[in-house]
Amino acid sequence: MWRWLHPYAKPEATYRLVDKLLPWFAALTAVSLLVGMVWGLAFAPSDYQQGDSYRIIYIHVPSAIFSMGAYFGMAVMGVIALVWQIKTAEWSIPAIAPVGAAMTAIALFTGAIWGKPMWGTWWVWDARLTSELILLFLYVGVMALYYAFDDQRTGAKAAAILAIVGVVNLPIIHYSVEWWNTLHQGATITKFERPSIATSMLWPLLISLLGFMLLTISLVMMRFKNELLRHELHRPWAQRVLGTAEESH
Amino acid sequence: MMNSWQLWRSVLVKDLRIAARRRSDALNPLLFLLMVVTLFPLGIGPGPDILARIAPGIIWVAALLATLLGLDRLFKDDYNDGSLEQLCLLPQPLAFTLTAKVAAHWLLSGLPLVILSPVLALLLNLPLDAWWALALTLLLGTPALSALGAIGAALTLQLQRGGSLVSLILLPLFIPLLIFATSAVENAGMGLAVQGQLAILAAISVLTVTLAPLAMAAAVRMSMN
Amino acid sequence: MTQSTNTAMPLLHADRVSSIRSGRVLFSQLQLAVQAGEIWQISGANGAGKSTLLRMLAGLLVPNEGEVRFNGQPLHRVRDDYHQQLLYIGHKAAVKPELSALENVFWQRRLGGDTTATAEQAQDWDVLEQLGLLGLEEEMTGRLSAGQQRRVALTRLWCSTASLWILDEPFTSLDVDGIALLQQRFLQHLSRGGSIVMTSHQPLTDTQLPLQQLTLNSARAEVLL
Repeated sequence: MWRWLHPYAKPEATYRLVDKLLPWFAALTAVSLLVGMVWGLAFAPSDYQQGDSYRIIYIHVPSAIFSMGAYFGMAVMGVIALVWQIKTAEWSIPAIAPVGAAMTAIALFTGAIWGKPMWGTWWVWDARLTSELILLFLYVGVMALYYAFDDQRTGAKAAAILAIVGVVNLPIIHYSVEWWNTLHQGATITKFERPSIATSMLWPLLISLLGFMLLTISLVMMRFKNELLRHELHRPWAQRVLGTAEESH
Repeated sequence: MMNSWQLWRSVLVKDLRIAARRRSDALNPLLFLLMVVTLFPLGIGPGPDILARIAPGIIWVAALLATLLGLDRLFKDDYNDGSLEQLCLLPQPLAFTLTAKVAAHWLLSGLPLVILSPVLALLLNLPLDAWWALALTLLLGTPALSALGAIGAALTLQLQRGGSLVSLILLPLFIPLLIFATSAVENAGMGLAVQGQLAILAAISVLTVTLAPLAMAAAVRMSMN
Repeated sequence: MTQSTNTAMPLLHADRVSSIRSGRVLFSQLQLAVQAGEIWQISGANGAGKSTLLRMLAGLLVPNEGEVRFNGQPLHRVRDDYHQQLLYIGHKAAVKPELSALENVFWQRRLGGDTTATAEQAQDWDVLEQLGLLGLEEEMTGRLSAGQQRRVALTRLWCSTASLWILDEPFTSLDVDGIALLQQRFLQHLSRGGSIVMTSHQPLTDTQLPLQQLTLNSARAEVLL
């Protein structure tokens, strides 16, 4: 059932595919992010409790979701790399990790900004913020491991194994942190949990979600293209690609 | 044809025998733990209430750090002298054989912690109701520490200086254990039920000890090139 | 480049294997076919990829291109069968400095997949005597000389039932007697239909050995003879 993947085990075929798809993704990213951000930050109604400060959810929530999504994607690539020994899947891991880490950092940063007007402090040990912080540590671990090896194939394999170990642990970490949070904060409702959201606020949020998803994918694709070229520098196709690139600039 | 258990036993016996001849390697992490625990009353002040309040956290954090100390040598000697590649070349499943090394590591680092726990409890003024809970959490939680630690040790085998990297990789993975264990000890101190947390700790340990060997074996085979 | 005379299926066949290590081609499109009863010496300058080739043959490394076959089957498919028939002694010989010579012989036998336990220690004594290690059996191996440690590792050649030996520099640190002893053992093994693939910097002195040679020179490998 995985036969269809096999042509893309060839770096050149993968490069061509990504190269063809990237402009479309980039264009869609720009449109959806623009619509989502402008609508959410400027036109959506104010929250009756939080005023305008709630608007940061249009950045915070999507980046938090896709920081997790990117980690999951990285682990899937890790499984493909280890089980089917497909090297393009190996190379995708260093392409994904920094993008996911950046998303995590954005989620943490916006969470802190949100926390200041709400709690009067930049950092509270809220369940989601703590989870995001641990996720950032997991990303840092994967990247540090990858870059610690001289041989990049070994580094990518090690990172793949760690990503898989991490993704198995992620739900356990997530639920333990949530449980810990309720334990130590009593019954106070964290304001990240919104029981319901008005439709007029929901639409821009959904569009922002789409925008961040496309942004994550586009950034990964850009990095992945570079990784493909970097690993295949000695091959004629990569030299052709780089050669034409130099001529056109 | 040697069966897997015979090999498992000889790996365990070999590791324990070597440890018995290099006692300081096994003792140093324990002394480290004892000293870290001693530092807290000195740093915070010996007020018995404060100490009892933060004791579970201190002991468990110190236990996590002590586990990290012993990991360096877990596979390194076998890797350097070629034993590990021989284990890769045996028909017996590598993932299973490696659990013998994890078992040896637990016997040398996890079990002594359990035995040491009354002393630690005493030093930090932990109430009597809580110290048995502490011992139980250590007994149920440390196998998972050894198994997760072995993954970290296996992943960094090829690196000359993997020590700080291992900590970076592993500490986030240790967090659930820390949360449930300390909460169990706190509950026990207040006379509340602890079965729930202990059950979760046991479940995490069973899950980790079952699944981690696959990751270890993959990491060891990866380190062979 | 290919062997023309042997029409029978080779025991071990490296079919157009290539090794690329961090962007550098060690060897490419290399052919090696080992028949039962043959002894092959792989030679070449330092860094030519001799050890890498042996590790590929042993199944520790996967070739970047090409395939290694055992009895016509790709290694990853017959891994367990192959490893029962294989004895590989690498650069590092899995000798534990903290164990006594006798304990090491036992450990080596376990690594060789030997089934029998303590009951057959008489055999260990035999082997120790042949290798001139008698009287040192209680000594910690770490205190023995390099040559004596090598002899401890080589006891495996006397205990093993494997038909294919892959040996990386087996003569390292051995004295003249040791080298002669080892070559005697090679002859015995070959006469029983066993095969050997080995590397060695020094030429083999025993003229009775039907030695075949493969020379690796950095980018291009070719078969001599």
